[in-house]
Amino acid sequence: MQREITVRVDGTARPLTVDTRTTLLDALRERLGITSPKKGCDHGQCGACTVLSGGRRVLSCLTLAVTQDGAEVVTAEGLAPGAAGAGQQLEGGLHPVQRAFVDCDALQCGYCTPGQVVSAVGALDEFAAGWPSAVTEGPGAPGLDRAEVAERMSGNLCRCAAYVNIVTAVLRAATSLPAGPTAGKEVDG
Amino acid sequence: MKPFDYLAPADAAEAVRSVAANPDAVFLGGGTNLVDHLKLGVAEPGLVVGLAGLLPSGIEELDDGALRIGAGVSNSDLAADPRVRERFPVLSQALLSGASGQLRNMATVGGNPLQRTRCVYFQDVTTPCNKREPGSGCSAIGGWTRHHAVLGASEHCIAVHPSDMAVAMAALDARVRTLGPAGERAIPFVELHRLPGDAPERDTALEHGELITAIDLPAQPIARRSAYHKVRDRASYAFALVSVAAAIEVEGGVIRDARIAFGGVAHAPWRARRAEEALRGAPASDGSYRAAADAELTDARPAEGLDGGNAFKIPLLRRTLTATLRDLAGEDPR
Ligand SMILES: Cc1cc2nc3c(=O)[nH]c(=O)nc-3n(C[C@H](O)[C@H](O)[C@H](O)COP(=O)(O)OP(=O)(O)OC[C@H]3O[C@@H](n4cnc5c(N)ncnc54)[C@H](O)[C@@H]3O)c2cc1C
Ligand code: SF4
Ligand code: FES
Ligand code: FES
Repeated sequence: MQREITVRVDGTARPLTVDTRTTLLDALRERLGITSPKKGCDHGQCGACTVLSGGRRVLSCLTLAVTQDGAEVVTAEGLAPGAAGAGQQLEGGLHPVQRAFVDCDALQCGYCTPGQVVSAVGALDEFAAGWPSAVTEGPGAPGLDRAEVAERMSGNLCRCAAYVNIVTAVLRAATSLPAGPTAGKEVDG
Repeated sequence: MKPFDYLAPADAAEAVRSVAANPDAVFLGGGTNLVDHLKLGVAEPGLVVGLAGLLPSGIEELDDGALRIGAGVSNSDLAADPRVRERFPVLSQALLSGASGQLRNMATVGGNPLQRTRCVYFQDVTTPCNKREPGSGCSAIGGWTRHHAVLGASEHCIAVHPSDMAVAMAALDARVRTLGPAGERAIPFVELHRLPGDAPERDTALEHGELITAIDLPAQPIARRSAYHKVRDRASYAFALVSVAAAIEVEGGVIRDARIAFGGVAHAPWRARRAEEALRGAPASDGSYRAAADAELTDARPAEGLDGGNAFKIPLLRRTLTATLRDLAGEDPR
């Protein structure tokens, strides 16, 4: 059964007709040609398909496209300020998290990387909002250290096991983000 | 995937009417369990009714000090709420120990307790399973049982309920508020989930088309000293082998009161009332904690299995309860 929806993806309104069974991941990749979100497992177990919807990190493989009518979706291609979507991200420069992944050599094959980067952007926003994680002690605002980053990023698997440098990159990005509430927090890079 | 129609109703009442009128219809919350089941063929609805925007999505403080948590609140917003972190740390910790950041952003308070078992045979439509296909048999019995029940199982099903949040809710005397075809009702959380008995296809006491609209947490000072302890095969992003939700009140080295529930060991979150009873009036010591565990676990029955079975869960649960209570009692030594 078909439905007409319009999703804003990386800043551009994208009207499309989808079968009700289509996931957001398949709509992005197969219908809109936006292939940065990857299909690792298709069952919510790896994080390769992570995108932001309404500003929060979610798994596009467990999201039905019909539920995203009117939603604001951001993929790894749309993170950088001035990015215009598929293929354009380098012209618009890199998001600080992307920059940190490059600088810290936080990848090997790169398959998990777009999901890692989007997830890190979402995770740093959550941290800035004072959200605790499973390793946060006590009721106050959490500090950011390697254990916090590893826990907050545990929904993104990396078959190349680039984890050590991924954690370093996320911590690096946390300190380089401009004037965010993350600046000045304890960082154990 | 079997084709289905999708409906985005105008309000909760229309959602209830639409599902109640159609035996082939289901509600869609955050979709983190249902969409997976659509792909696996475990769920084959003809109509999917979206709940986004229809359910209360705030946490309200009632006159008697209870917190009313809207069923549309995300698992991550509930875990981060300052009132929940301060008054019910066990609930925040249980939520944060489950799934991943992305999944917690999607998962709803209404959908979480209704997620279905992670029994591998239930999720594999090529194997017999009484829960998925009543009367077909239970592949887990004599199969891989590492993740299966040691309490309250039946000869028809030995699956466990996978939710962490539900274990904390069971310990905290929460109440589930619903809207069904027959109107509104409130159910004690501990009566929401069923034991399998001879009808493992029924997970809960809800009727078809009955919608969870909110969960109420009554005010209870004891919950301020509470914790969730989860043991699993990796440090994060894995379901519990066993888990313990506990709250205690200690005065002068004596346990005045306790609330305890276990996860990962039964078809329902397991409220451990015998353990609570054993603790009341006992000295705050390891001996009391172990005796409390033994009181609850006298009826525990491990399942043999191809993988060596799950007898390990019984001593593991005893040690996890002891460690959790020792930590809690030690927080404020008097
Ligand atoms: C890889 C992975 C790891 C996970 N790890 C954990 C873990 O460690 N611990 C844990 O606790 N959970 C874990 N989960 C499960 C996750 O927490 C649940 O899938 C989630 O809480 C379900 O909520 P939802 O809103 O997405 O429900 P949905 O998938 O939308 O719905 C689940 C069921 O509830 C019904 N439903 C939904 N909302 C309502 C309502 N308001 N009223 C009546 N019926 C309703 C639906 O019809 C469906 O049958 C994991 C999931 C995945 C994919
Ligand atoms: S334990 Fe329950 S869910 Fe698992 S195969 Fe047996 S009947 Fe099915
Ligand atoms: S593809 Fe979505 S989590 Fe693996
Ligand atoms: S870099 Fe290869 S999977 Fe992560």
